[in-house]
This record gives sequence, C-alpha cells and structure tokens, in this order.
Amino acid sequence: MICGRDITVVRSGRKLLDAVSMELRPGQFTVVIGPNGAGKSTLMKILSGEIAPDEGEVSYFGSAAQLYPPAELARRRAVLPQAVQLAFPFTALEIVRMGAVAQGALQPTEQARRALSKVGLRGFEARPYPSLSGGEQQRVQFARALAQVPEAVVDDMPRALFLDEPTASLDLGHQISVLEVARDFARAGGIVFAILHDLNLAAEFADHLVVLDQGRVVDAGACCQTVSDRTIGAVYGISGAVGRLPAAHIPFVLPQSRHR
Amino acid sequence: MKVSSLPFSGATAEGDRSVQGALVLCGLAVLLFAATLVSLSSGPTGVGLGELWRYATGNASQLAAQDLVVLEAVRLPRTALGILVGAGLAVSGAMMQGLFRNPLADPGIVGVTSGAALAAVVAIVLGPTLLSPLTRILGNQFLPLMAFCGALANTWVLYLIATQDGRTSTTALILSGIAIGALSAAVMGLLIFLADDRQLRDITFWSLGSLGGATFGRVLSVLPFVAAVLVVIPFVARGLDALILGDAAAFHMGIPVQRLKKVVIIAVAAACGSTVAVAGSIGFVGIIVPHLLRLLMGPSHRFLLLGSALGGGALLLLADSVARTIAAPAELPIGVITALFGAPVFLFLLLGKGGIRLKDMP
Repeated sequence: MICGRDITVVRSGRKLLDAVSMELRPGQFTVVIGPNGAGKSTLMKILSGEIAPDEGEVSYFGSAAQLYPPAELARRRAVLPQAVQLAFPFTALEIVRMGAVAQGALQPTEQARRALSKVGLRGFEARPYPSLSGGEQQRVQFARALAQVPEAVVDDMPRALFLDEPTASLDLGHQISVLEVARDFARAGGIVFAILHDLNLAAEFADHLVVLDQGRVVDAGACCQTVSDRTIGAVYGISGAVGRLPAAHIPFVLPQSRHR
Repeated sequence: MKVSSLPFSGATAEGDRSVQGALVLCGLAVLLFAATLVSLSSGPTGVGLGELWRYATGNASQLAAQDLVVLEAVRLPRTALGILVGAGLAVSGAMMQGLFRNPLADPGIVGVTSGAALAAVVAIVLGPTLLSPLTRILGNQFLPLMAFCGALANTWVLYLIATQDGRTSTTALILSGIAIGALSAAVMGLLIFLADDRQLRDITFWSLGSLGGATFGRVLSVLPFVAAVLVVIPFVARGLDALILGDAAAFHMGIPVQRLKKVVIIAVAAACGSTVAVAGSIGFVGIIVPHLLRLLMGPSHRFLLLGSALGGGALLLLADSVARTIAAPAELPIGVITALFGAPVFLFLLLGKGGIRLKDMP
C-alpha cells in the first residue's frame, strides 16, 4: 500500500497541496480529477517519490518513500509522464527497453516487445520515436511504464502504475484500450493511480475517485457518490450536467454506453 | 500474460540495434588500427609500412638510426597523443550532448574548450611567477590540471545557466556558451598582453591546436584523465540514455539523476580540459564523431560512448596525417582540418538532416 499523510507542498508562498491524505490500495484503480492547477500533477510527483513534501509523509509498504534508493523505487512503481519529446532518434523498442532494464529484466528486449504489443504497437518496434504521432508516442511511453512493472504482483508485493493524463493525445478507441490495460493491472492486484480530465472515462474506470481543487481533497469515494451535481458544480463551475441528456438536437457520445 | 503465444521469441532483430552497435564497434576498432598504421607510416621522412613491420617484429636494429629516432621520438608519441586527444574530445562531446539532451552541444561550441584554453594560458603566463609554488608541486600535471579546472568551471556555469528545472533550452545553451566563450577570450587577451615572446608562441599553439611537439611526457600527462573518463563510460551509459527522456523520467527509471550529472560534468571537463592542455583547442571532433556514429548505430550511449572513443581517435589520427603530409614539409594546424570537415556537418545538423530536427529539441 502507498500512503500519503497530511501532505503539504508550498511553492513561492502558495500551497500547491494542503494537508492531503490518501491511500493507494492494491487492486484499486484510483483516479484523480480536478480543474487545471488543482495540484493533481504535484500530488502524483509526491506519491511517486519524485519530490519530497514540505510537510507530511509518503510511505511505500510501511517505510518512508525517501528511504528507498531510486533503483529500488523503480522496481516497485513506474510512471507515465505527460508528452515526452526527444531530440535523438531512439526506436520505439529502445525507449520501451529502458523501462525493462530499469526493472532489472533478464531479457529486456523480449519484455519490451511484449509491452509494445500490449499497447497495440506491434510492428512499430523499429520506428524512430520522433517520427511517431503524438498519440503513438504516448502509447510508447505507456509501454515503457508497463515494461518497467510487467507483473502486477511480485512475491506478494504489489507494483504500482502512475499515469499522468494517459489519454491526453489519444483517440477515443485508444483512450479506452489504454485504461483497460491499466484496469487489468489493478484487477491483477496492482496499484493504479491516474490523473484524468475526462469525467466520463473517470466515472467508468475509477474504483476510487478523488476530486482535487485548490490543493485540497474536495471529495473522495466511489464514482456514484463523488460525481454529483453539487461537487462538479462547485469544482468546475458547471452545474446541472450530471446524468442528464443534452438538448435533443446535440448528438453526444458516451463511452460508458457501449456496455449497455 | 500470454508469453508463449507471441510469435517473435527473439527471432527478429526488429528495432533492436544491439548487434548493429557491436558490429560498428568492431569496425571502428579496425579503423583505429588502420589509422594508427597510417599515422605511424606517413610523414616527410621515409619511414613506411616496411620499416614499421621490422620495428614491430623486433628487428629494430635493421632500421637506419635516423629512422629509428623519427619513429620513437616523433611518430610514436604523436600517434599515441592523437588517439588519446581524439578519444577524449569525441567522448566529451557525446557525453555533453547526452547531458544537455541536445545533439548540438559540443565543448568547442559552447565555450568549455575556451575555459580550458584560458586556464592553460593562465598557467603559461603566471606559472613561472605568481603560481610558481603550484608549478613546482604539480610538475607535468600542472597544465592539464589547470585546463581541467577551467573546463569544469565553464561547464558548471553553463549548466547552471542553461538548465532550469531539469530542462535545457537550446537557445540558452548556445547563447550562454557564446557569452562564456567571449568572456574567456577577453581574459585571454588581457593575459596575452602580459605575456613575453616565448609565452606568446605557446599561446598561439593553444589557439590553433596541434599534435606537433608531442612527447611521451605529454602523453603521460593526458593519459590518466582520458583513462579515467573511459573507465566511467559503462557506469553512465544507461543513465545518459534515460536522461534523454528528461530528469523526471530518468529518476522514475531508477537513475540517481543529480549524482549522474555531477559525474558526467566532471568527466566532460576532464576529457576536454586535459586534451586542450596537450593539444590546444581542436574543434568539431566532439560533434562530428558522435553524430556520424548515431547515424550508424543509433543514439544509445551503450555503444555510442565507446564508439566515440574509437572513432575520435581514428578521425584525429587521419586528420593529423593529412595535416602533416598535404603541405609537407610544412604542417597545417590540425584544427583547420577538423573545422573544414566539422563546420559543414554542424550546419547540416541545423538543416535537420540525419533524423535530428530542431523543433524536437527541448
């Protein structure tokens, strides 16, 4: 379990996070939503051990995150960052392989190939990363994270996947397939933490939904409770939109509807 | 996970350039050996491959006394120096490009070389007077150590200015490099004002760059620095690869980023500073060699750094052989030759050829 307790982060006199506490449980897909500047990315940096909080503490399976050397932390959790640009023409396979090497894989190249086919990029192994489209680059990075934590549980210890806007530059079909892979990881006993902007996707995939606004947790719990008109109205300033159909002349697409 | 059902099982090398990298490394080793032979057997006096063979097979007594002197006192140290200097320059270029995540970073272009040259000039001009205690203690190592410190200072300042929040801006890198280089040149101008005639000749040598006047003393003074950098290669290669994805991504993949950067900065300064101390500022080796090698073997530092050492040595030996023979018995400064080849390669890079695009640079 990954725990953050009373986390406060202050930058230039402003509290980016204000006494935030949360638990990331094995087997659970935790999603954070919130408006721009709510502190979502900062929270992810804290929970993934990238930066230390000014107050409060983060613990990985009972020990403080700061006590883990970077290489040890890298075996326990992988992080998908937002768009990554490169000035060097690494191939897709070489990028993904770095994740497998960070895991200490015995056959990193094989592991990388498996991760690439998991995100639907089989056949893209030799493509230079800078020549890929934004969405393909994003999926290569996702494959790199998967190659770093190929098993959700190793020796009864869950692995964690941190995803910062994993669907940002993807088309609808790939948004869903990427989140399905992440959900499978959670179902297999792993820890998944994702930042999403799309409330429909968040509502469909989150086991535990956290609403963050101005550095504070406004609401947390199951989606059917957190995605309420009151919360969405208060946080995003858009009320009367939860669970209602738009006017008859506006078509709409809800990915959740495919399960009906 | 459905491992066994997947059809690749290692049969295809698609996207994996490990074998290619290893092959290119072998090719470069052969090239370096050939360049060594060329360097040892070319020059105005008639010591050719035949004499070389006799010397190598232990029949040195069959050589004319004069040829023996040419070989042992001139060409052997010059060749050894060429390999070390070329390797040092190319590796420092490749490491710097990885550190700054930018294929245009080169110790010569961003002012690190001028920092080393400035410190070398300080050592020459002030060595006999103000700094004489240091000169006495450090002896032969005084000059390379000073140049190392000069290079280190400039690299560090450059890094502090051009990299903020873990991101290096190409514009900031090149512009601050120009400013640092100009400042170093200005201070050097002041020192030249103070220098006497003999010191002036020495200083001219630094600014043009040359392997002339190579002695085993110089070889020995640069050897520990270049050797240390070569030893560091396997420890930084994976980290530099990860760093290409950014500081945060490298940390997420288990790289102790700050420590890696310190080691790389010191290694760049050691390689660049010590080579400038013994051979002056020879430009563009640090950018041509890694760039050509990326085209051949891909950008992974697993192969690139060692390849740069081999390729840099070979390139500098060949350039020096040309410099010695093209206008024999006179000698062209080697910096002229490397710049004639290197500057166009640099411009070619800016054009976006060879898979590198300016718009992808951070």
